[in-house]
Order: sequence, then C-alpha cells, then structure tokens
Amino acid sequence: METGTGRGLLRFLTCGSVDDGKSTLIGRLLHDAGLIPDDQLEQARRDSRGRAEEDGGIDFSLLVDGLEAEREQSITIDVAYRYFATDRRSFIVADAPGHEQYTRNMATAASGASLAVLLVDARKGLLTQTRRHAIVASLMGIRHVVLAINKMDLVEDGEAVFAAIRQAFTVFSAPLGFRSVTAIPLSARRGDNVVHRSAAMPWHHGPTLLEHLETATAGDDPTEDGPLRFLVEWVNRPNLDFRGLSGTVLSGSLETGGAVTVWPSGRSARIDRIVTFDGDVAQARTGDAVTVTLDTAVDAGRGDLLSGPDDAPEVADQFAAHLLWMAEEPLIPGRSYLLRAGTRWVPATVTALRHAVKVETLEHGAATVLGLNAVGLCNLSTAAPLAFDPYEASRHTGSFILVDRLSNRTVGAGMIRHPLRRAANLHRQELAVSTAERAALKRQRPAVLWFTGLSGSGKSTIANRVERRLHTLGHHTMMLDGDNVRLGLNRDLGFTDADRVENIRRVGEVAKLMAEAGLIVLCAFIAPFRAEREAVRALLPDGAFLEVFVDTPLEECVRRDPKGLYAKARAGTLRNFTGVDSPYEAPDAPELRLDTTAEDADALAERVVELLHRKGIAEA
Amino acid sequence: MPISKAMPNLPDDLRLLEAEAIAILRETAASFTKPVLLYSIGKDSGVLLHLARKAFHPSPVPFPLLHVDTGWKFREMIAFRDATVRRLGLTLIVHRNEEGHARGIDPIRSGSALHTRVMKTEALRQALDLHGFDAAIGGARRDEEKSRAKERVFSIRNAAHAWDPRDQRPELWRLWNPRIQPGESVRVFPLSNWTEMDVWRYVAAQSIPVVPLYFAAERPVVHRSGALIMVDDGRLPLNPGETPEMRRVRFRTLGCYPLSGAIDSDAATVEDIIVEMRASRTSERQGRLIDGDEPASMERKKREGYF
Repeated sequence: METGTGRGLLRFLTCGSVDDGKSTLIGRLLHDAGLIPDDQLEQARRDSRGRAEEDGGIDFSLLVDGLEAEREQSITIDVAYRYFATDRRSFIVADAPGHEQYTRNMATAASGASLAVLLVDARKGLLTQTRRHAIVASLMGIRHVVLAINKMDLVEDGEAVFAAIRQAFTVFSAPLGFRSVTAIPLSARRGDNVVHRSAAMPWHHGPTLLEHLETATAGDDPTEDGPLRFLVEWVNRPNLDFRGLSGTVLSGSLETGGAVTVWPSGRSARIDRIVTFDGDVAQARTGDAVTVTLDTAVDAGRGDLLSGPDDAPEVADQFAAHLLWMAEEPLIPGRSYLLRAGTRWVPATVTALRHAVKVETLEHGAATVLGLNAVGLCNLSTAAPLAFDPYEASRHTGSFILVDRLSNRTVGAGMIRHPLRRAANLHRQELAVSTAERAALKRQRPAVLWFTGLSGSGKSTIANRVERRLHTLGHHTMMLDGDNVRLGLNRDLGFTDADRVENIRRVGEVAKLMAEAGLIVLCAFIAPFRAEREAVRALLPDGAFLEVFVDTPLEECVRRDPKGLYAKARAGTLRNFTGVDSPYEAPDAPELRLDTTAEDADALAERVVELLHRKGIAEA
Repeated sequence: MPISKAMPNLPDDLRLLEAEAIAILRETAASFTKPVLLYSIGKDSGVLLHLARKAFHPSPVPFPLLHVDTGWKFREMIAFRDATVRRLGLTLIVHRNEEGHARGIDPIRSGSALHTRVMKTEALRQALDLHGFDAAIGGARRDEEKSRAKERVFSIRNAAHAWDPRDQRPELWRLWNPRIQPGESVRVFPLSNWTEMDVWRYVAAQSIPVVPLYFAAERPVVHRSGALIMVDDGRLPLNPGETPEMRRVRFRTLGCYPLSGAIDSDAATVEDIIVEMRASRTSERQGRLIDGDEPASMERKKREGYF
C-alpha cells in the first residue's frame, strides 16, 4: 500500500500440504520478478543436476530450501524467511513446512504474518493438511487468504476443477472468520499466473499472485485508530535527573501532555517529554520506538503497559486462552511454567484444560494433557496480574508464550480469549496475626523439609525419626506422608503424570499453610518431577524450603521392596510405578543428599537435624 | 530544546524494521548481564551501531564493541574503526587469535577455510570466553545466505558455542525467549529481517558514515580465482608475471582483503550504490571467497561457532 511516507511492508506466509509446491512457488515468484541474482541461479542450476529436471532446467525449490537435511529429504522442516521488494511494496515471506509434525513451525510463521498463501494441488483438492493449515492460520489471527491452486498444468478441464476447489474451500472456511479469500489458478513449475498472466488459462480474469500481493489490503502499515498501547522495554537512566521509559507504540499514538495510565498498577500520569535520538518530538505514532518521561514519579518499569485514561486493557491473573503446544513433553495442567506476555515474565499454571481443538475439523474433544502440535482451550492462572487485550483485538498485547522452567525451552504459544471474572471477585484477605508472630510464639523458624526419592528409599522412615528428634527438642512439627494424603485429601487422584502433578500441587499448598501457621513441616513424597518440587519451593519464602534427596539406588529399593510394590509393578499388575514404567527426576542441587547405603536411618536423621541447626531452624 | 511535530519521515517499511531492531537491542540489554556488540566495521555493523545509539539515547550504548581482528583487514577499515570509536566515545575491545597468528595462519597460504576457522571462528569463541560475554550482538541478515534464512533472532549456543539448527526455539510474535542456562550464550541478530537494499536505503536516509572502500575509486587489483583482489599492502604475494592493475572498483562486502573480491563500478555515493544495486544481477556474498568452498559451507561454519 502506498502511503504518504513511501512504500509499505507485507508479511505473508506460504503454507499447504507437503508436495503441493510451496518452495517451488516462492522460487518461481522471485525468479519471474527478476529478483534471483545470477550467481544464485547458476548455483541452483548446478545443484539441479541429478534431480528431476523441471522446465528451464531449474528446480525452483532449490532457491529457497536452505538446510542440508531439507535438501537431502526434499522437504522444508523449518520456517525459512525470504525478502523481496518490488517498486510497490516490500515483502517478508515465511515459508512454512507442510508435515503434520511441523504444525508448530507453521504457527510460528503465521504469528508474524498478516496474509496466508495457502497452496492446493489441483489434482488432489483440499487435504487434511490444507484444512489444518487454514485452521491454524485462522487461530493465529490471519484474516486474509490467497487460495493458490497449483499444478493447473496437470489437470484436464482446469476451469471446472478450479471452480470446484474454490467452492469447497468457501464452504469449509465459512466458520474461520477470514475477511477475504482470493483464489488464483497457477502453475509454479511453468510460471503460469505467478508473475505473468498465463495464456493457458484465458478463463481466469482475476489478478496474478504478485499483482494481488502488491495490492492486497492486508498490509502491516500501522494504523493509528487503535487504543494507545505503549510497551515498556527498558528503563532509561543515564543519570539521577533523567528517568525515561523506552518502548514501542504498539497501537494508537502518544502526545506530550497526554494523560496515560500505567498497567497493571493502574497509576496515572501525563507524558512530559517524548525523547528520540533526533531530538524531542510532540507525537509518536504506532510502530515508533521512543523514550517517554512522565510528569510524576509513578513506579513504572520493563513489562508495564501504558494506555490512555479511557481505554484500559484487561487486568487479571486468570484468563482463558487457546494454547498451541510446541514441545515433545506434554502440557500438564497444574505444572508451573514461565509465561511471557509483552516484556513481562511471570510464573503461570494451566488450571484447567477445558477442551482440545481438533485442528483438522475444529471439533472439540475432552483431554487431560496436550501433546506436541495439539491445541486446547485452557484456563490459566498467573502469579501476578497481567495487563492484556483479547488476541482478536491485538496480536501484540493478546499473545503469550510458555517456557519450561528447567530447560528454558519455549513449549507453548497462547492466544488470550478473555479474562476470568472469578479472579476479580476474589481478594486476598489480610490476616490479623502474621506468620512471623505465629512462629515467634512457638520460638522457631517455620520451614518445609521435603524428602524426595524412589518408593522404598527410606523417606518415611528417616522423616519420622527426624520429627521425633525435633519434637524432643521442643519444636512444633507436622508430618505429611504420601500414602496418608492419598487416603484422604487426594483420594480422587491416581498415578498418571497429570495426577502426580496435581497431587504435589495440593500437598505444596497444604505445606505452605502449615508453614504459615508457624510449623516445621516434614513432607515424605516421591514427587518424581523436578518442576513440581521447584514449584513448591517457589510458594515459600527464600530459604524456607529444604529439599532432602533420599538417594537409594533402584536395585536397592527393589531388593528391600517393603510394601511388595516393585514385585507387582514388574509383574505388570501395578501401572505407572516410579522407577519401573514412570520416570523419576533426581534433584540437581538438593540442600541435603542422604546415601542410605552408607549410613543407617538414625545417623541420616541426625544429618537432617544438623542441617536444620546450620540453617538456624532447629536447636542443636 | 527544539521540538518537532513528529518523528523524521522514514518510509514505513524502514520505520518498522528500525523499531523492531531497537526493540531487540533493548531486549538484549534488559535480559543479559554482559552483552557485547560485534563490530566488524562494515555497513551492517555501522547500521547496528547507529541503531544501538538510537535505542538507548540519552543513555550511552550500554555495552562495549568487540572487533575480531584477523590482521588481514583493509587498512582503511582499521582507520575507519578507530576514528568511529574516537568520534563517538565508545569502548572497543580488539581480539586477535595470538596462537593462530603465532602458527602463521594466513588467508593466502593456509587457505580461506582454515584461516576463517582459526582466525575468525576460534578467535570469536576465545574472545567471548575470555570476557565472559553472555550475549553477542551481530549484524548478520537472513537474506545473506540460505542457512542464515532459518537463524533465530535470539540464537542459543551451547558451552562450546555450537549451533544446532534442528533444535531451535520457535520465535512467535515479538515474544523472544532469551533465557539461557549457565555456560550457554546467545547470538542476537537485530537486522535479521533487513535486506542489503534496506541497509543502503537506511544508510542514505540517516547519513550513516561507511568505510570509503564501498565507493568506487582507482585501486590496484589483481585477478584471482575469477575475482578482483586489491593489493592493500606488501603481504600479498604476486604470482610470476602478475602486476597490479589500476581499476575503478568498489566492494559490496568487506572482510580480509585477500578474500574480498571487488567489482567494477562507478558508484561514488550511497545514492549511486542504490541505483547500481537495482540494476545488479549478482548477490552480495558472491565476492566472498570463503562461502564457495563447498555446498552448505556456511551451515557447517555456523555449527562450529562461526557468526
């Protein structure tokens, strides 16, 4: 789109089923637009030897498939970005892979695009993967689609085939909320209707692909009509006299003297200055990166969002969102992840998986976990309130990612639907007696001692002796034991991964309440996953969670087998048994490691009491 | 203080690329304890440095510059580097692989592959380890080369600085994930989405100084492996019967002078360069002798820790 300040930018992605010819199409597009340099063309011509010779002796997909593995397997496994410009527009193309196992890559490509070119093989029509990509594109907020019906040179009666596929897509995509669908018949191999109009399809009166891309109304050209959203990226403090907020105007515009509200705190101020490298300005538009100063010293920093006084974002610590899972290890409700929205990082938990969405059909189904490439509608809860907009209203302020706390991998991508009002109706009640006062009366420092280890490792035995010693020393204690809790509070839970996570989450909350009551709490649980143990640690004040790893080798536990459980597990009559057919993640850095093959239970219990003494928790 | 009505007019596409790069630079400053800006003196580094000054203004650029010097850069590059650092009051660290230098590794006798591995890749790893930098910001663009097209903006490297193209974090929206484990580090590419043409248009729009070698002038050159190599000093051994010839040439990319091919050109200004590029039929890295060694050689080098 031509604007007053020169040409605009269109970010689009190409998607569709494997073998429908995406890479070939992009290669052809760049080639026919005269944008492939001679040396790259020559390289592709050389590399085309030994492969199927296409028209002109060039395999056009070689111009875009970059990684060695892809060239060997003739598929696109990662998102590749291509850049080109015509006199009318600059383009950033994300080439997304077609295979089902790469749905996450397709979503990644779609997240930054405002238009999708969806390829269909004219001989095959709409396939499962075509439908999946259309649905994922819709979910990721794409509203403009080009239905590129490729390989027209390989079908008889092209006009009828084209009309039938277009009709089928119109029916299928009706619920997907696309604002425009433009169908174009083409042949990437021959170059028909890509850049040049084809004499082979005189019945096509619409635009060629490039003509459409140059004029489509889906540009990224920023609009000023949205509400003001200014995201703080960095606090700018060159000296004591200047405190600026450096950030980007995501929508709307900023003006000096204008009233703004800082979220999530809700405090108000006015814009004093808008500072840029090229001097102060009176106004900043959508897309501008600037530094603002406020007229009053309100507390604001990285992660905050500035809005106008009358168009506040939603602020909540619970909300519903579509979540696309991107990791091999499944999403487990109840597990704690790190959530990034805007420039804010906050611990978050999926509290409920309401349903899974089949990305081939949009049907809903029940689910307890989300696997790789699955999509679900979830409720999430964050450790602190978040300012956001529904994803439909803003991709910048309505999106988030989830990151695994241990591996730091990006595991989920979220699109916020709406806040959950129950968060707004619950208010934390200030208690009249504080934790410190309750602990002072007992003359002790509360703590949670967490004994983790395999079944039969000796957790309960040692924990019981520690509690007896502490009791003798005059401490107020409480013991939470795995079996006992499962007979009462958690009797509705089984031993699947999801239930194990919920089991530990509840126990963590109970231990926290008891520690707040001033007690020294001893917990003896297998707690096989690091993430859950770390989540319990995060619930408590620094230094109040002490992890004790009861380190007994599996063979030794099997030999002891005090409850006869290993025998049952090995016979196959007991499922999901830790160490046999369910994993155990040993602690990386426990506060204490106990080697039960080296010392007896009394000696080990004494080591725990020594630890408590060193930490100033127990008497000597 | 003079206040203008709005930001200076850049074309919308450049304005968006500029804002994206600035956000990435701020993200780096906010997320890492010890970032460094890899300054290779070329036009991309020049744009990167300019963006860093804009991103943090009125604060100074909150990280030092690092130049990995092979000892074979054009003399004009080194002069430009030192003048730039002086003019802008920046902190510059220059690192050379002394062990490689002592072994006599050079781009002519050792060959470009070995020279690049020892004096660039290994030297960069040494410098990052020596200073404990946890994020290294570079001016690489995805449009330079096919394997770069799949590089992330925040690209994680393991403790040995290796890149695993099959295990990259997805980057959605602007929600980058710069979190790393101890020992890991990150390469940051704020210019990922820029093209060579965008860089020159931006250089023109912002009047960013660049090394004069980008502009056409009479220079002494010899023909080597189909490329025009400038005889920048007395270290370039001449073949029997070979005499340098004065030609009006310029460079599209700058590196070690024995490995950088010049092109015949009359483009003497940034505007001339833009006009010349519009008519050009060859890619930017074509003049680079180090990429053509073998198919997919850039991907191999990156896995080993090359930028």
